[in-house]
Amino acid sequence: MIRMLLWIVGGGRHGTGGSCLGHTAYAYSVSMSIRHGLLALLQRGPSHGYQLRAEFDAATGATWPLNVGQVYSTLDRLERDGLVVQDGTPDADGRIAYRLTDAGRTEVSGWFGSPVSPKGAPRDELAIKLALAVTTPGVDVLAVVQTQRTATMTGLQQLTRLKARAGDGAEDLAWSLVLDSLVFRAEAESRWLDHCEARVARAATRRPAPGPAAEAAGAATVERSRR
Amino acid sequence: MSAPLLELSGVTREHRQGDVVVQALRGVDLSVTPGELVAVMGPSGSGKSTLLQLAGGLDSPTAGRVCVEGRDLAGLSPAQVAAVRRRSVGYVFQDLNLLPSLTAVENVALPLELDGVRGGVARRTARAALDEVGVGALAGRFPDEMSGGQQQRVAIARALVGPRRLLLADEPTGALDSTTGEEVLRVLRARCEAGAAGVLVTHEARHAAWADRVVFLRDGVIVDQSGPVAPAESLLAAGGA
Repeated sequence: MIRMLLWIVGGGRHGTGGSCLGHTAYAYSVSMSIRHGLLALLQRGPSHGYQLRAEFDAATGATWPLNVGQVYSTLDRLERDGLVVQDGTPDADGRIAYRLTDAGRTEVSGWFGSPVSPKGAPRDELAIKLALAVTTPGVDVLAVVQTQRTATMTGLQQLTRLKARAGDGAEDLAWSLVLDSLVFRAEAESRWLDHCEARVARAATRRPAPGPAAEAAGAATVERSRR
Repeated sequence: MSAPLLELSGVTREHRQGDVVVQALRGVDLSVTPGELVAVMGPSGSGKSTLLQLAGGLDSPTAGRVCVEGRDLAGLSPAQVAAVRRRSVGYVFQDLNLLPSLTAVENVALPLELDGVRGGVARRTARAALDEVGVGALAGRFPDEMSGGQQQRVAIARALVGPRRLLLADEPTGALDSTTGEEVLRVLRARCEAGAAGVLVTHEARHAAWADRVVFLRDGVIVDQSGPVAPAESLLAAGGA
């Protein structure tokens, strides 16, 4: 029931319109999240790869869907690092369950107990675009801002529509919190765009006359996007 | 698509300050149909409040037309406009919505009684309106015995009691915390889905996102709008494909 976030998040990335969220460069290492995500799922009890993948997707609303190969290669590394061990013999379908070791349990509580930090400076396409827009002559910065704002709002509306539909069950709560995370990011982006707009408008009124031609071009830019 | 409950066509509102003419709104077109919630976003001074006052017949345009339930307000006498305000339009503000000396049910019944509905009928209708927003159990409470979120629900009930179908909300969640604000927007959205038409003025993107359409006002002009949004079911279907 919860397989749409990939579509929402991916929509903008492929330029199909309808979503603002695709450009968001997630700052956190996904492979790290998979590793710790699988460990956290194993805290619930022994499980095999297919089951772990299903549980990971269910918990995150399939926002960052895993393929089973990723799951098994991650389990191999976790086993190599002594954080999980194989639990008993393969079942009738040949699937091997894994369980946490004590070291694995320590790793999970350490992960939950520490804040997530961005891995270096992520490339944020929108920030780059606006930085270039304000320094490139002839670009209507306020129009760039408004175009993004409308797209951001459309994405926010879609997320809100999905949120409105979530029920009260445990899985729905998990999904709803993932949605909230995307909602708050989109809201932050929208507020940042408001901020950019105000700064650009103020700069346009304060800018000392650099020369008649440049001044006329700047004024025309502001005027156009206000209509 | 049903006929719009609110229709603004080419609406301009000028304020004169001495020799200076300030255009609060310029050539605004906006229509809201039953079942629809439209958010209006913009910085302060962009014309949001003027738009809401014109929509509710509290102010008149310098040019253009404002129609509520198909009636051009400019063609009505002041008494008729007052009647439209009583019977067709309800307001929800940021705070101080309710009369402190009346209980929840009395607050909601008040516009009906002012419109000549008999006491018993007015109270029963008010009680039903409270049930619809999930606070029927609080009918006998005074405003200071309710939380901010509960008071806003009562205000929504009053705005849509009896025949009223056009709800004009000015920053209705401005005084509430994030979770309570969201609950109020859920109620607002549910009442619109049940057939009301809502205009929500807000500067919070997260709140505006509950609307079907979001209109962006800048310096009295609608510069862009987003939506309508596809229903959740089709978002799910697209994701599952």
